[in-house]
Amino acid sequence: MSQAPQRSALDVTAAQAAAEAGPADPEPAYRQDRPMETVPVETVPVETVEVEAVNKKEKRGSLYSKRVKIYPKLAHGRWRKIKWIVLAVTLGIYYLLPWVRWDRGPGQPDQAVLLDLPARRFYFFWLEIWPQEVYFLTGLLILSALALFLATALAGRVWCGYSCPQTVWTDLFIQVERLIEGDRAARIRLDKKPWSFDKLWRKTLKHAAWVAIGLLTGGAWVFYFADAPTLTAGLLAFDAPIVAYAFIAGLTFTTYWLGGHMREQVCTYMCPWPRIQAALFDEESLLVTYRDFRGEPRGPLHKNQLRKSKGDCIDCNQCVAVCPMGIDIRDGMQLECIQCALCIDACDRVMDKVGRPRGLIAYDTLPGVEAAARGGKRRLRPIRPRTILYGGSIAVVAGLMLAGLASRTSLDLNLLPDRNPLFVTLSNGDTRNNYTLKLINKSQLAHTYSLTVEGLPRARVSVLGSTTPQVAAPRDTIQAARIFIAAPTADLTSDLTDIALVLTDETGRRDRVGTVFRGPKK
Amino acid sequence: MAGTPEKDAISGVETTGHEWDGIKELNNPLPRWWAIIFYLTIVWAAIYAIFMPAVPLFGGFTQGVLDWSSRGALSASMQEAVAEQKPYLDKIQSLSPAQIAGDRELAGFVQAGGKSAFLVNCSPCHGQGAQGSPGYPNLNDDAWIWGGTPEDINHTITYGIRNAHEESRQNVMAAYGRDGLLSPAEIDAVTEYVLSLSGRSGDPEAVEKGKPLFENNCVSCHREGGAGDTELGAPNLTDAIWLYGGSKAKIIETLTYGRAGMMPAWEGRLSDDTIKLLTVYVHALGGGQ
Repeated sequence: MSQAPQRSALDVTAAQAAAEAGPADPEPAYRQDRPMETVPVETVPVETVEVEAVNKKEKRGSLYSKRVKIYPKLAHGRWRKIKWIVLAVTLGIYYLLPWVRWDRGPGQPDQAVLLDLPARRFYFFWLEIWPQEVYFLTGLLILSALALFLATALAGRVWCGYSCPQTVWTDLFIQVERLIEGDRAARIRLDKKPWSFDKLWRKTLKHAAWVAIGLLTGGAWVFYFADAPTLTAGLLAFDAPIVAYAFIAGLTFTTYWLGGHMREQVCTYMCPWPRIQAALFDEESLLVTYRDFRGEPRGPLHKNQLRKSKGDCIDCNQCVAVCPMGIDIRDGMQLECIQCALCIDACDRVMDKVGRPRGLIAYDTLPGVEAAARGGKRRLRPIRPRTILYGGSIAVVAGLMLAGLASRTSLDLNLLPDRNPLFVTLSNGDTRNNYTLKLINKSQLAHTYSLTVEGLPRARVSVLGSTTPQVAAPRDTIQAARIFIAAPTADLTSDLTDIALVLTDETGRRDRVGTVFRGPKK
Repeated sequence: MAGTPEKDAISGVETTGHEWDGIKELNNPLPRWWAIIFYLTIVWAAIYAIFMPAVPLFGGFTQGVLDWSSRGALSASMQEAVAEQKPYLDKIQSLSPAQIAGDRELAGFVQAGGKSAFLVNCSPCHGQGAQGSPGYPNLNDDAWIWGGTPEDINHTITYGIRNAHEESRQNVMAAYGRDGLLSPAEIDAVTEYVLSLSGRSGDPEAVEKGKPLFENNCVSCHREGGAGDTELGAPNLTDAIWLYGGSKAKIIETLTYGRAGMMPAWEGRLSDDTIKLLTVYVHALGGGQ
């Protein structure tokens, strides 16, 4: 309140300002320093944009009403820069990863990341996953989901705002549109103009560029399923598999359609994630928030007028103009908001120009805003039961996966006893059981395994098609062998004896697989 | 129902004029996307009718210009399967059963094809696991009445046993009791002797009595000491395997009434290739020699 006398001394149009402001409300502490109120501006540094949120409550009509086209304006600032970086990194990874090479030895694919469906292998750098180990991929998906939960609990829809493919590609498509047709105002003008050569070539170029991006997107996708250089050569020579062309065509179309035309409707109407996320963040989550206590009552800034009893929001609508979802952050938290933080950038620029502190729109929590409104501060609580639960779950799943990877064997064994007949009596009175041994040698070395039996000391092992009880397993193959185990019937104490087949490779490494040996009822 | 159509007061949309318990149906147009798909299906149907068999006529139907039929599609896919099998079958044709059994490359094809042929043709008597039953030999074990080499097995499958085929394996186990060749007491003594061959007799006196009877009547086929002879199809009587059961009662039954199990000749019913597959499959069941 120390400012009060000073203000009255400078106030030339006090009566006018008071009339505008209506009844005065008690001045909160944060309003103590208000240049806009103490010095009337000579020029308004910010243009007011004529734009209305597409989801304005008052305007909401039929559920079947047509989409209102959104013309997002280019924002400048910290978050926009971060978004450009995320865009470059994520798209860079997506487009370039199939071209990364990884030497696995002769006869093996040298693509670092390859989902080889015909050979039923997933190659990921040093890892080679077989179909029966698909739980590693499941684990990866669970980890991703949990990471998403944690990110959402910490900072709301950061996934949606920064790294969701829909956001990233839409961002890219809007930028292409901007380069060809100009920024928001120019685009609106162009759309209103009748068809002319200028409009025709701009529109044609824009759609062609979009299709080209879509083509690259679909192309990159198929490269994850086949050797990229070989497939590229095949695609260009028109002798690649028809399925590759079909996938490229499909993904070209979906990329073009979702990024160029559907855009925010995908997030609002098609995607289930916004609905789920509403349950994942709480009042402690950092969300893009309009600090209404500071901004309200909003009102336009007029030339040569004293701004009395108004908030910091000059109602310039810049935050609405930059919004790719076409909404107004000042209406509070909304389903449509993907929390991309572009409105923060737009507003910060405005605040800089009118000489007010940044952060009228900022990442904040609900209690944080409340505390600030009372003139206090509230510490962030990133560590709370919810985030501990999500973080702990991530640690558990990651630990399980690491343990799984660490204990992953290069040899998988399956020993299936014959069901019919359960056992065979031999001419010398011995009992024989027949087995099928499935042997998966996941290593890059061929092995020969010598077979012995544990549990029946006088048992004899033989292998069909081999004079010695040995099974050869070439590298990276599944072998099936017929195994015959015979033992003196007198040695059997019951009709079911637990035994184990022991495989010893040439280095002396032993692997064991348990099974049963059946005989006559005793 | 003449005159202007009725309009619904609330929505302002025409009604169809139908009324059920006071409920009227609005005459809204079909959604455009739906209508377009509907018209496309009509166009599709017309095109389909030209190319594919479609319209039933008296005594037939329109064939369509593509001349497609489900029977033709089946026979085409059958031919495809035969073509895929051809390289294997060609190789099998040029090899002897023993060579096939030793060929690692053919192993998978032979096992699958042999098993399939076995289940269709052999399992009714020998059982699905070739485990046999009294009178029908277990093919998993290592006792072979007519020999267990691939050649022996191939011969047995091709010509069968005790059937009308001139190459058929033939022998006779006489009905010593029924035909009066041996008296019941003599049969009992021979039985005790036979049991003693596998160490199971508890009557040394009867064994002594049975030995000369066995030598006079049985050794010509079952050989000295009952070792059997695969050339003659005479089973080994010293082992643990008994085709008709090895109990005393069963052996008396065999001696009294004789045995004459029959196996058909598969030559002519199955191709030589299939018989080779079966030979190798049976040989690989665990007892092949």
